[in-house]
Amino acid sequence: MSIRPRIAVLVFPGSNDDRDAAWALGALGADAQLVWHAEEALPRDTSAVVLPGGFSYGDYLRCGAIARFAPVLDSVRELAAVGGPVLGICNGFQILCEAGLLPGVLRQNRDLEFVCRDVRLRVERTDTVFTARCEPGQELTIPVKHGEGSWYADEDLYGELEAAGQLVLRYAEDCNGSVGDVAGVCNEERNVFGLMPHPEHAVDPLLGSGDGALLLAALVDAARERTLAAA
Amino acid sequence: MRVTVLVRPKQGILDPQGEAVGDSLRKLGFAVGGARVGRLVELEVDAPNSQEAKAQVERMCQELLANPLIESFEIEVEGT
Repeated sequence: MSIRPRIAVLVFPGSNDDRDAAWALGALGADAQLVWHAEEALPRDTSAVVLPGGFSYGDYLRCGAIARFAPVLDSVRELAAVGGPVLGICNGFQILCEAGLLPGVLRQNRDLEFVCRDVRLRVERTDTVFTARCEPGQELTIPVKHGEGSWYADEDLYGELEAAGQLVLRYAEDCNGSVGDVAGVCNEERNVFGLMPHPEHAVDPLLGSGDGALLLAALVDAARERTLAAA
Repeated sequence: MRVTVLVRPKQGILDPQGEAVGDSLRKLGFAVGGARVGRLVELEVDAPNSQEAKAQVERMCQELLANPLIESFEIEVEGT
């Protein structure tokens, strides 16, 4: 019987996709646990973490800027430092950038509009645990819903990230003015990944697309492997 | 000590908010060439002198108030 690896889904004041993320991970075989931001530690045997979408701390100052001081973030850093997979979705991506766990920053969309629709994405790299179930160049359809999702890095940083293969996911259509149409990036060690699209809203073809399940199921695979390795 | 911080979008960075504000002002008939929108933070800082206050606020800017990738900042200590 395959085990259900424990994945922590963080809940900040203002998170609103935490339950969807937990539900999707549960449906894909994980034991997803909601973890309040004020917790000092992650639940025992947590093998991966998801930072969900929403508007943590009301997006005060800059999106994600305040959430990075949440007590639970120290445990997330510790898990990331030992290779544990950490996934940031939308506001979670913004938090990971502000916390310095991912490169670049998310800015207001170029056209100042809140973009809320299905977008086509292209998988640029499959050598991350998050995209391991995808084919190189594969197109995915996953919804976005954000006002501040325009990813930015200056030319030097962009060049470095491209050379290092950290630009994992791009929009295959015009979306928000992101530099290089980047939709998702990973860290140098490739175990922390953030993206603006919402894979947790695309896990059932009945609801439009099941492509998000490819990313989340790959995360569950990685979490399961870590759990088995630790046992 | 009262300290004011001006946070600006860095030179050369697209500022869609500023562009929208500029467009709106032109629609109202004002002769505006360009507009950039930043943020103003007023702080009460506990410091023995203005130099120390400025040094403290500089650290605040680097650690929280501005994102150095996209924003520059300017610090004004009252009375200096």
